[in-house]
Amino acid sequence: MQMSSYSGYAPILSIRCRVLVVADQTKFVDQAMQYMPALYSAGLRMTRNPSDAEDLVQETYLRAYRAFGTFQEGTNLKAWLYKILTNAFINSFRARKRRPQEVDVEDVEVLYLYKRLRGTQGGPAAGRSAEDEVLERITDTEVKAAVESLPESFRMTVLLADVEGFSYSEIAEVMDVPIGTVMSRLHRGRRSLQKALLKFVAENGLVSEDVLLKVGERAGTSE
Amino acid sequence: MDCLGSDADCVEALHRLYHFLDGELTDETRLMIELHLDACGPCLDAFDFEMELRRVIASKCRDEIPAGLRERVAQAIEHEALEGS
Repeated sequence: MQMSSYSGYAPILSIRCRVLVVADQTKFVDQAMQYMPALYSAGLRMTRNPSDAEDLVQETYLRAYRAFGTFQEGTNLKAWLYKILTNAFINSFRARKRRPQEVDVEDVEVLYLYKRLRGTQGGPAAGRSAEDEVLERITDTEVKAAVESLPESFRMTVLLADVEGFSYSEIAEVMDVPIGTVMSRLHRGRRSLQKALLKFVAENGLVSEDVLLKVGERAGTSE
Repeated sequence: MDCLGSDADCVEALHRLYHFLDGELTDETRLMIELHLDACGPCLDAFDFEMELRRVIASKCRDEIPAGLRERVAQAIEHEALEGS
């Protein structure tokens, strides 16, 4: 810490305060900074823009630092940080961007992706099933694009569960919604994500012509 | 072509698919599903696919922190600390 900002006769009291602040700051940084990669990834999925994601992460850490005194030691710090990130996104971010009101997702059947890929012929790697091949070759870009295509509340719920591994009750706490809402958003969001994934995978030619043809037929006839 | 989920046990297992994968079932119900999966190849394949898909999604949704973000946040906190003291 620099002492240069103190002019001549700094009262002993303010030095004590400063020592306390430094201790508090150090403790916060020690405990909270490790979650930055996870928070940044979630922020990027939510804002869909690297510069906005950086601002959101900084805002989250500042809000968390200010509120750190209210954080109860021994409780879930990561979940607490995600709650702050979620609120920061909703309150300052979305308001600034004037995003439209939340929309629902189309309800898609369970096993949407599996049912459409199963039994189709694998591509270049002969003998492999199409569903295994897709899982093996699907790219980061395709997964991220599919996640980012979900409406915000569904996207956040899916991220918290499937990427961060939070339980239903933790997600309910983070998003401040009843547990029934978490389950409904999560399950619908996942099924919808499968439909989006198939779309991106097909567009990028990940599966063979043969598979694409059959996928097209099935996707077309089942709805 | 939809041979999955025709049997009553298959329907029940599929209905609980996400709760099962999320570890959000009671021991009793989880055991019931596990017994069904031991006996039903098509359901086991489907569950395996869903589990693997989840793993793929989790592993491919990570991003590198941009250079300088860590420092930028640390500086913002330090500034905040000095302002607040």
